[in-house]
Amino acid sequence: MQISTDKKTQPALAANEEKAISPRLEAWRSFKKNKLALTGATIVLFFIIVAICAPIIAPEGINDQKLPQRLLAPSADHWFGTDDFGRDIFSRVVYGARISLWVGFLAVLGSIVVGCLLGIIAGYYGKWIDALISRIFDIMLAFPSILLAIAIVAVLGPSLKNALIAIAIINIPNFGRLIRSRVLSVKEEEYIMAAKAIGMKDSRILLQHILPNSLAPIIVQGTLAIATAIIEAAALGFLGLGAEAPNPEWGKMLSDAKNFMIQAPWTMFFPGLAIMLTVLGFNLMGDGLRDALDPRMKN
Amino acid sequence: MAELLQVRNLKKYYPVKSGVLQRTTGYVKAVDDVSFTLHEGESLGLVGESGCGKSTLGRTVLQLIKPTAGEVVYDDKNLSDLSFREMKPYRKELQMIFQDPYASLNSRKKISNIVTEPLRIHKISTIKEREEKMEEILEKVGLNRAFADRYPHEFSGGQRQRIGIARALMLNPKLIIADEPVSALDVSIQAQVLNLLQDLQEEFNLTYLFIAHDLSVVKHISTRVGVMYLGRMAELAPKNALYKEPLHPYTQALMSAVPVPNPLIKRERIILKGDVPSPQNPPSGCAFHTRCSACMAICKEQRPELKEVQKDHFVACHLY
Repeated sequence: MQISTDKKTQPALAANEEKAISPRLEAWRSFKKNKLALTGATIVLFFIIVAICAPIIAPEGINDQKLPQRLLAPSADHWFGTDDFGRDIFSRVVYGARISLWVGFLAVLGSIVVGCLLGIIAGYYGKWIDALISRIFDIMLAFPSILLAIAIVAVLGPSLKNALIAIAIINIPNFGRLIRSRVLSVKEEEYIMAAKAIGMKDSRILLQHILPNSLAPIIVQGTLAIATAIIEAAALGFLGLGAEAPNPEWGKMLSDAKNFMIQAPWTMFFPGLAIMLTVLGFNLMGDGLRDALDPRMKN
Repeated sequence: MAELLQVRNLKKYYPVKSGVLQRTTGYVKAVDDVSFTLHEGESLGLVGESGCGKSTLGRTVLQLIKPTAGEVVYDDKNLSDLSFREMKPYRKELQMIFQDPYASLNSRKKISNIVTEPLRIHKISTIKEREEKMEEILEKVGLNRAFADRYPHEFSGGQRQRIGIARALMLNPKLIIADEPVSALDVSIQAQVLNLLQDLQEEFNLTYLFIAHDLSVVKHISTRVGVMYLGRMAELAPKNALYKEPLHPYTQALMSAVPVPNPLIKRERIILKGDVPSPQNPPSGCAFHTRCSACMAICKEQRPELKEVQKDHFVACHLY
C-alpha cells in the first residue's frame, strides 16, 4: 500500500477473484490434513452406519436363543461366536452400537444444552447469579463423576433412560464452566462494545455474537465427552444400573459374560473391542477438532 | 456554532474492593468532574497519557459505561437518565469508532453482515435498500463493494478500520466518538485514515470527539483540543492557541515532547519527574502538583477550576 498525504480518499482497493474463506471452511481444511483425526472420524462414521443399518447387517435377531449352540467359538456361521444363551454375539454387538451411540449423543446433547444455558447466564450477568451457578458446579465436581451417576440412578431406579439422564447431569458442570469462561473473555471484546454502541439488546448480543464465538471449545469437548459418556454408560450397564436384561448394551454384555471369561473369552472380547474402538474414534476426532478450531494452532 | 452536546461534571468512579467480604475500600477516579461542550461540525481532540481516562470519558458520553454522576445533555435530554429503550433512538445519532480494528469486528461474520447490522437493529429500510446503502458507504470509505462477501481476517488493519468507519456511518450519525482510531495502524495508513475521516466530516457534516495520545495526529484533525490529566481536564483551547501558547504546565511539558522534523533545531525539553500518581489516590488539590515545576502552596490544597483565561481558552491552573 502506498503512502498518501493528498486530501482525496484513496480509490477503492482492488478486489481479487478468490472465494471468501469463512472460519468454518478454514477449520475444515486444517482438519482434513490431520491423518489421525480423519481416522477417528472414519471409525465414528463406520459405527454410525453400523448403528443405522443394524437390521441389514445383523444376521440374527438380538434375542434369538438357540440353547444347543451355547458358547460356540467364532466361526463362519457366528463371526463373533455365541453367548451362554446361544445368541449370535455379532448381531448383538451390531445392535449394541445403536444403544451406545444413542446414549452418548443424547446424554452429551442434554448436558451441552443445560450446561451452556447456565454457563452463559453465569458468565454474562456475573455477580450473585454467577457465584450461585459456579458453586453448584463446584459441588457437582467435588463428587467422583461415576459415583454421582450411580447415586442418581439409585434414586431414579435402574434403567437405560435413567442412566442416560444421570450421565447428562454429571457432565453439565464441565460444559457450564467451559462456556462460562469463554463468555467471560468474549464479552470483553471490542466488537461486543461495538454491538452495544449501535443499540443491540443483551439477548441479541448473547445469541448473535457471544454464543457463536464461544462454541468452538464446546464442539471439541462435546466430541470427547461422547467417548466418556459411552464408557460411563457401559460402566453403569456393567454394574447392572443401566440397560435391562435382554438389551444388547455393550457394558451389560461384558457384565453377563464375565462368568464365562475363561471358557469363552470371545463373549467378553468383542463387546469390549467395540467399546474401545468407538471411544478411540471419538477421542481422535475430538483431538483433531481441537487442533482445527483452536485459534492458537493457526499459522 | 450551535451546541450539539454538553458534558457537565461527568464522573466515573470504579469501586476498589478488597478483603474476604469484598468491601469497597476506595475508588479509582477514571473520570473526575469533567465538563465541556461540543459544537456542531467541530472536531474536539482529547489527549493525555495512557490511563488518564480519555477512553472511559468517550464511552461514558455514549452511555456504554454508566457514569457515576454528572450529565451528558444532547437534544435537551440528559442521556444518563435514559433507559436502554429510551436511549436507542439517540444511538443512531451518536456513533463510535474503536481503537483496535482487529478486535472491533466479529471475525465470524461477513463484512456485509457487520456493516448492515446497525440498520437491522434499528429496523431501518428493506433488505434491498440496506444493500444499496452498504455499497454506497463502502465506496465512500474507499472499499470495493465486492469485499462485502468476505470475512474480516482477509483484510489489513487499515482496511478493517475503514470497515469500522463504514459501520459507524450507516446510521447517518451526527456525532462520532473516535477512540484512538489510528493508534493501532502503521504511520502510512494513519494518514490515509485521518484524511478519510476529514473528507467524511465535510461530506456528512459530522462532529468528532477524537481521542488520541499522539499530539501530531490530534493537531492534524482537531479544531479544538482538550488535555486530560488523571481524569481531569487540564486545558481546553482552540488548536492553534494551544499548540502556539500552551498555558498549563502539563500541556507545556507535553508539547515539548513532540518531535520536530529538523535535527538542527535545539529544543528545550521539559522532563517531568516521577510517575503519574495512582488514580485511586490522586494528590490533593491540583492533581498535577506533585510533578509541576511551578507548584505553589495553594496547589496542594485547593483544586483549580477550569477557567476561561483568554477567549475560548480554558485552563485549570492556579497560575492564571
